[in-house]
Amino acid sequence: MKLTKTLLASTALAMTAGGLSAQDMADSMTIVSWGGAYQNSQLKAYVEPYLADNDGVSATWDESSNEAVAKLRAMNEAGNITWDLVDVVAADAIRLCDEGLAMEFDADELLLPGDDGSDASDDFGDLLVSDCFIPQIVYSTTVGYRTDLVPEGADAPTDICALWDLETYPGKRALEKRPINNMEWALYCDGVAKDEIYDVLETEEGQEQALAKLDEIKDEVIWWSAGADTPQLLADGEVFMGSTYNGRLYSVIEEQDQPVGMLWDMQVFDLDGWIIPTGLSEDRLARVEDFVKFATDTQRLADQAKYISYGPARASSAPMVPEDMKMHMPTDPENSKNTLLYNYDFWADYRDDIDAKFQAWLAQ
Amino acid sequence: MSDATQDGPMLAADGTPLKRSLNRALRRQKLRALMLIAPLLIFVLITFIAPIADMLFRSVENDIVADTLPETVEVLADWDHTASDLPPDAIWPAFYTDMFFAEEKKLHTRLGTRLNYELTGVSSLFRKTGRAVGRFDTDTYTDQFTDLDESWEDPASWVTMMEDDATREALPMTASAWDRWTAYLDTEGDDPAEEDIEDLLFTMLYLDLAAQPPVSGLSERIQQAAAAVPSFETVDLQAQFLDADEDWADPQVWRVIQTYAPRYTPGYFLNAVDMQLTPEGVEMRPDNERIYGILFKRTIFMSVTITLSCILLGYPVAWILANLPMRTANLLMILVLLPFWTSLLVRTSAWKVLLQQQGVINDILVWLRLVDDGNRLIMMNNQFGTIVAMTHILLPFMILPLYSVMQTIPPTYLRAAKSLGATNWTAFWRVYFPQSVPGIGAGSILVFILAIGYYITPEIVGGTTGTFISNRIAYHISSSLNWGLAAALGTILLAVVLLLYWVYDRIVGIDNVKLG
Repeated sequence: MKLTKTLLASTALAMTAGGLSAQDMADSMTIVSWGGAYQNSQLKAYVEPYLADNDGVSATWDESSNEAVAKLRAMNEAGNITWDLVDVVAADAIRLCDEGLAMEFDADELLLPGDDGSDASDDFGDLLVSDCFIPQIVYSTTVGYRTDLVPEGADAPTDICALWDLETYPGKRALEKRPINNMEWALYCDGVAKDEIYDVLETEEGQEQALAKLDEIKDEVIWWSAGADTPQLLADGEVFMGSTYNGRLYSVIEEQDQPVGMLWDMQVFDLDGWIIPTGLSEDRLARVEDFVKFATDTQRLADQAKYISYGPARASSAPMVPEDMKMHMPTDPENSKNTLLYNYDFWADYRDDIDAKFQAWLAQ
Repeated sequence: MSDATQDGPMLAADGTPLKRSLNRALRRQKLRALMLIAPLLIFVLITFIAPIADMLFRSVENDIVADTLPETVEVLADWDHTASDLPPDAIWPAFYTDMFFAEEKKLHTRLGTRLNYELTGVSSLFRKTGRAVGRFDTDTYTDQFTDLDESWEDPASWVTMMEDDATREALPMTASAWDRWTAYLDTEGDDPAEEDIEDLLFTMLYLDLAAQPPVSGLSERIQQAAAAVPSFETVDLQAQFLDADEDWADPQVWRVIQTYAPRYTPGYFLNAVDMQLTPEGVEMRPDNERIYGILFKRTIFMSVTITLSCILLGYPVAWILANLPMRTANLLMILVLLPFWTSLLVRTSAWKVLLQQQGVINDILVWLRLVDDGNRLIMMNNQFGTIVAMTHILLPFMILPLYSVMQTIPPTYLRAAKSLGATNWTAFWRVYFPQSVPGIGAGSILVFILAIGYYITPEIVGGTTGTFISNRIAYHISSSLNWGLAAALGTILLAVVLLLYWVYDRIVGIDNVKLG
């Protein structure tokens, strides 16, 4: 008893005397991410530099982000959290926060101020959509099409509603097997004004209207559930156009040289970032906080944009993005003339309800 | 008893009665046998039975409402929702207390998620209210009490005050809120004598004193407060909640909380069969939300189809294997087993490459001019794709039992039948086939039960019309996090399989199933 007390007291002393020293931090972390090109950009932009600066620290990857919410919940119930830092999309971060599985933090305390001197909370601004969410990047869900399959005499599509124009652009479409984004696009192309989409979608009639619009192309749609599906379907020529994440299309176009073009029209912005699980031991938490501080500073987030075409979440990082990548960023003014922002509050409430209707509609 | 020399029970060599001695020996043997299988038994119990039982239990478990909102639930229990739109006024202090503690423990959003399955919009309602509840105007009470006597601010004085039984009796709401407060601080490892007194406790103190309890004999501080309370500025708790979110005036919200208050609910099971539990009773879901009935029927229909096509394709193969010389048979057997050694994902993806519209089969058909390039066949992302791929994947489970049963059928029977004048068909149908039925039974049970729970293959090649109920279960486990519903669907699936097994036993007889 006495020993623990002394230990506690000395830890408290050390903490007040200028933060934790390296001895108080765990020397390994388990980082959860999405795998593929995205995880690679994280590795190069900040994990490798961090490990180079901190001798003896090691990082293990777990590519489980797409099922992070369920797994964290199971870990929490089992009382054994094996993850230290988890990369999730904002909607999942909100759910994890709601479930008490992600740690709440104070942005100005945990994160460094921007290089331009602005406070972290101002630098990230509106992107701090949850008390538990540390944003890294802005990405978007948008539509790609096969440039070589555009019928002769027709112009290449520039408008999201080309999805519904089966006469001008015959061929299959690939859409995600969930209501989010599809319902919004359907209403928009059915003549609903952009700022009224969610008011309409709240109503029973609005949901029917969106599904009726989707009915027009239902027979021509292949429904995808993994982000890699659409790029593959496009490359195989299975579909003429399909929705996917802008980074995936970037790699199909720029890295694999496929005859694919991109529609930025009505791209839906979404965020991806870190959450820290609740219930970490003190030394692990200290290590993770130290890493996050480093990995989300202005320079590191700008570095990430060198490796993948997703926009950095800090305003202060934007000017530092390399010139040749700027045109591929969803946030580039040229690309973001007509956009939509993922409505987190709306989908947190309506997800279960609309998804049930959507799945029933699909199964008919 | 003819033997007169045997008096009393027969004795063993050591003098104990033989019966007891035998029993003991038998028991020891049984124990030893049990010890031998104990490792397996314990392993199965811990890693298989217990998790499944736990998971199935979730399909009825509903502790979260009563645990998070204990006082609210108590008030709602006496509320007749048909008589008045809103619950009695006692709901507001009860709900304020519950929400205060739920917010402290970060349980309110979890409850919101749970109730959002039943009523859309509750998730953000609880999230918003949780944020507001700490900022309610109830600090008005705190200020007024401390203006009367500064010692009200001192937590240590509360600790002493709440130890006095007479005070507790006069101030019941304060006492119960205090108990929950100290219990909460205890779990956090904090000392009640050092933590600031929350607005909630002052609110309860005000409500207690406003009811004019007998305070003579209590401390001077309380008597002074009791005298001052009638002139206090008051805060309307209901208005505070409506200010946080006007949905609290919606009777439907309160009815749903009331309906889902019990610790066990049939709600998940009703959801799983396209019904719902509403405050008005059990009713069918609207047409455009019914999906599980379709999926259950489809799962069974497709599993039966897959089993039948496995029999059709597997029977001749097993026949050939059983009738070839051993060496050739072994070689062919490797071909049957080969798919077993290849990853399921690889095999399914291979089918994708074969079946898609720009795939190998379509390319060949177009090249052979059998199919027009503009009208390529659609062979996947529908039921056909799932049936083809799953038949291929499950075929070995049909062939192996068939083969081992067929090997035991002596070829002389067929020859004998033919020499007695039977045609080829009669000899097969009347003599050979009945003997191979146990193999078909074993293979069918294996294939059907495996098929009914399949998930990866339908997900990849099934599109929207070729998916199974298990795809929905997976969705609720990993995406929507509605584990209760997933557990209910799983339980129903398990029940269906057991029922079919029972029917099979009644019709064919499980004794007729042979693996060799």
